[in-house]
Amino acid sequence: MADDAILQLRGVSKRFGAHAAVTGLDLDVHRGAFFSVLGPSGCGKTTTLRMIAGFETPDQGEILLNGSRIDALPPYRRNVNTVFQNYALFPHLTVRGNVEFGLRRMGRAGIEEKVRTVLEQVRLGDKASRMPAQLSGGERQRVALARALALEPDVLLLDEPLSALDPQLRKQVRAELKDLQRRIGVTFLFITHDQEEALSMSDRIAVMNRGMVEQVGTPEEVYRRPKTRFVASFLGAMNWIGGVGVRPEALTISREANPQGRRGVVVGSVFLGSAVHVEARLDSGEICTAQVAHDAATLRAGEAVSIGWSAADELRFE
Amino acid sequence: MRRLRRLFLAPAAALLAVTLAAPLVIVCLYSLMTRGAYGGVERPFTLENYTRFWDPLYGAILLRSSWIAAVATLLCLALAFPLALFIARSGQKKNLYLSLVILPFWTSFLIRTYAWMFLLRDTGLINTLLQSMGLIHEPLPLLYNNGAVILGLVYGFLPFMVLPLYATLERMDPSLAEASSDLGARPLQTLWRVTLPLCAPGIRAGSILVFVPCLGTYLTSDLLGGSKTILIGNLVQNQFTTARDWPFGAAASLALMAVAMVLLLAARRQGEEML
Repeated sequence: MADDAILQLRGVSKRFGAHAAVTGLDLDVHRGAFFSVLGPSGCGKTTTLRMIAGFETPDQGEILLNGSRIDALPPYRRNVNTVFQNYALFPHLTVRGNVEFGLRRMGRAGIEEKVRTVLEQVRLGDKASRMPAQLSGGERQRVALARALALEPDVLLLDEPLSALDPQLRKQVRAELKDLQRRIGVTFLFITHDQEEALSMSDRIAVMNRGMVEQVGTPEEVYRRPKTRFVASFLGAMNWIGGVGVRPEALTISREANPQGRRGVVVGSVFLGSAVHVEARLDSGEICTAQVAHDAATLRAGEAVSIGWSAADELRFE
Repeated sequence: MRRLRRLFLAPAAALLAVTLAAPLVIVCLYSLMTRGAYGGVERPFTLENYTRFWDPLYGAILLRSSWIAAVATLLCLALAFPLALFIARSGQKKNLYLSLVILPFWTSFLIRTYAWMFLLRDTGLINTLLQSMGLIHEPLPLLYNNGAVILGLVYGFLPFMVLPLYATLERMDPSLAEASSDLGARPLQTLWRVTLPLCAPGIRAGSILVFVPCLGTYLTSDLLGGSKTILIGNLVQNQFTTARDWPFGAAASLALMAVAMVLLLAARRQGEEML
């Protein structure tokens, strides 16, 4: 598998003064993958991206692209391109000017043809003469994408590219982005704090916390078999009952007494559209949330219930 | 609220009406009158003060004033841009450097200009030093020429170029320069293709702030230029003092204003075309 890695990070560390932003980071990103780095703000994911792009230099460790070290090269000598969180479109250039910018700097041939192709790919063929200020948020995001893809990077770095979009658009763009990545086959390194984004788009996810990778795996692996308590809590909702983790969808809740279950009292419920979250206080004092279908949601606050789960759904951590 | 907002404007508007608009009307009237025997103005009204500008002597003065102001502005720009860039990227030391830029304002402009005379004259510091080192035998003609005037103007007005450039650069999103580098631009290409074009509003503001006072300067040209480099500002000054020709002085100062306005409008149109 390792020969197929297009991007490798080996023991990469970066400090800012007294703050250790990234510590001993190892990552393998495979060619053609949609790879996400997921973590809360301040976990070091943006610093990681900036070191790969070349805006920061690692204090220790190596970054390899196609097997060659790039960590000492300036950004303009690395065959990776970035979609910035705020897009960083050049406000004094048209859409075409923005997309051409890199091609001209790199002295590539067939610029006009390339610009047309890449703008078609992001469905902006008719907006080439517009200025960035005349575009909607979604269109600007696509220009940023086109501008970076025009240079055919080995790896496209995306720094929370959906966070500036409004929530309704975000879901649609998620699907489009995934579809685009599949069509053009470019390796994506996607930085996000949004677990739903990471789970829905990625081939693999690296979950980061406090400057370190806690787990790398497919979305299913990190969700269903989290290796650490942090990963279990950060991805999806998690109940902690007697030191054991159980997902809300693994809990059953009923009025009838269940010999294997725990007894508790309904505290309240939250209607989520597709399901209902019922919150209950166990006799032990712990609060847990069970996800149930609509028809089971006749439980009222104060009702005594029995809460159960299957041992196979338990998640244990040291 | 709208009425209140107008009220905020009132003090400044009143001040300008009394100190700018009213004197300007007086200057316009004076420029159309005949000179009095001992200064002041008399009737009849006449256009003669303006027709005198057809004399090539005055045309040459206007032209010299314009090119000296233009050269001083360009030199200020060339010096201020790297300096402003340096300050804008200096992190916590920004404020220190900015106060150093403004520091010369703590001393009178007149005294600072005299200081330049002491540096530049034949027996001044520079010539004495060079002679004592044996590098030159005759003092260099550093003072009383166009070069000295331009030097004095650049020195005096540099802060007016640095501050607007700094303000523009400081506001600039740093990710734009990163994006440029990310897309393959070398540092100088980023400077030329991204930073400089985005700095256009600051360049325009700074150039106006430097060019207009340079065009009308009389102190610097009087002290550092000597009698050979008379500029339009000195012409105006002379008419109101030694020459006692107030109407012509008024006409000359209005001509100065007209030149400044024409050049500014041209610069503005140029700027709009660039955008």
